[in-house]
Amino acid sequence: MNKDTSPLFAGSTGTLRLIGYLALAMVLMVLDHRNGWMWRIRYGAAVAVEPLYRLAGLPVEGMRTLSVAFADRQRLTEQNQRLREDLLLANAKLNRMAAVAQQNEHLKELLDTQRSLELNVQLARVVGVDLGAYRHRLLLNVGARDGVKPGQPVIDARGVMGQVIQALPTTSVVMLITDPNNALPVTVERTGLRTIAYGSREGDRLVLPTIPMAADVREGDRLLTSGLGGRFPPGFPVGEVTRVAPATTGMFLEAQAQPSADISRSEDVLLLHDQAEPVGPPEPVPPMGPPVDLAPAEAGDARKTTPPAKGQP
Amino acid sequence: MNRQRLALWWFVGTLVIALLSMLVPLPDVLEPFKPYWPALVLLYWSLESGERVTLGLAFTMGLAADLLDGALLGEQALRLTALVFIALRFRSRLRFFPMWQQTLAVLALLVNDRILLTIVRVFAGDALPPASWWISPFVGAALWPFVFLLLDDLRMRLRLQ
Repeated sequence: MNKDTSPLFAGSTGTLRLIGYLALAMVLMVLDHRNGWMWRIRYGAAVAVEPLYRLAGLPVEGMRTLSVAFADRQRLTEQNQRLREDLLLANAKLNRMAAVAQQNEHLKELLDTQRSLELNVQLARVVGVDLGAYRHRLLLNVGARDGVKPGQPVIDARGVMGQVIQALPTTSVVMLITDPNNALPVTVERTGLRTIAYGSREGDRLVLPTIPMAADVREGDRLLTSGLGGRFPPGFPVGEVTRVAPATTGMFLEAQAQPSADISRSEDVLLLHDQAEPVGPPEPVPPMGPPVDLAPAEAGDARKTTPPAKGQP
Repeated sequence: MNRQRLALWWFVGTLVIALLSMLVPLPDVLEPFKPYWPALVLLYWSLESGERVTLGLAFTMGLAADLLDGALLGEQALRLTALVFIALRFRSRLRFFPMWQQTLAVLALLVNDRILLTIVRVFAGDALPPASWWISPFVGAALWPFVFLLLDDLRMRLRLQ
């Protein structure tokens, strides 16, 4: 065999070729890691990529349709009953809240703040596609053409799910709050303590590794978004603390929390459209001074207009 | 002529189906058990029709897989190139192994692939994955005889070379 005589340059399996391809792959990885090439290429190749996503999402879609089609009457009735009860409860709560909300609006008007309780949302459906195990991403069926922008918060009926990290023309990718690369500023509802919730390695819960030793955090505490960082509006439920223990470093308490949102089972989600007001130093105030007609330039004008007045008598 | 074209379509079709099944999610509980389909199908073809599978093809397929679901462009290209290189190197031996030995060899290849992936991800700054991360190669190896027999059977039935 010719191949065996000079293995270094042999045909399609030569070691040199292997080294070449591996080097090329590494160069690509480094470039992608530095510059985020892949998202740009994926956006460019969206014409080819998106239909494949839709195609791969079909089995899950089919399962959903089948589960509705073959669900027995009793289960549907039960579900309907439960939904009705939920709706009744929610409506009752809303009615009670309406008065409070109105009062709140009124007080805020008095305080002259712009923040409102109105929500500007867009409904989106989850496309059943696996974007790499152990990376916690979701694919939604709306994209840049529907006005989706990276950074938009995504919620479901129970709480915060994540944020859009990439908007392709007709689909978009969401990073879940349980992604180890995600950090979310939260506040403990009971005490108002502010801290940061990170996604965990296991990917099904949140970790709060930097709670001061003296802080009062207990199991069962609810976490809300704090609105710091300006990406998520304040006051949305994030999770519930399930465990508090001293961290391994011994300098902080470390808490674990269960996300409130139905992260792995949600089919329909809401995209928040009005981004939270950025919290930070206020906008520079337009220069204020004495009234306009007292300004020097205006004074010149005034002099010009006064002489005729003087000359008239 | 026509048969050759059909054979080519069948070859490309199985690769595309492998990419698609990589994208199809499993229920949450079964998620860690998902085998790495592109690797299995590429292994089958590199054993059965070694002249068609080249390192370039593995690299291209890896790039396509990266574009579809990867975290880093080039990651799966690297893994599949390495996998196919080893498979082609030992092709003549692997082909005539009895099935159980072949399965063990596939297991070794898949575990090696996972190790490569872990190294890449750790270098990219990710945390070490949980223990369930290592289940997938075993599932892949357990499925290997079935994948092999199914693809071989279909190929015989279609009378493709």
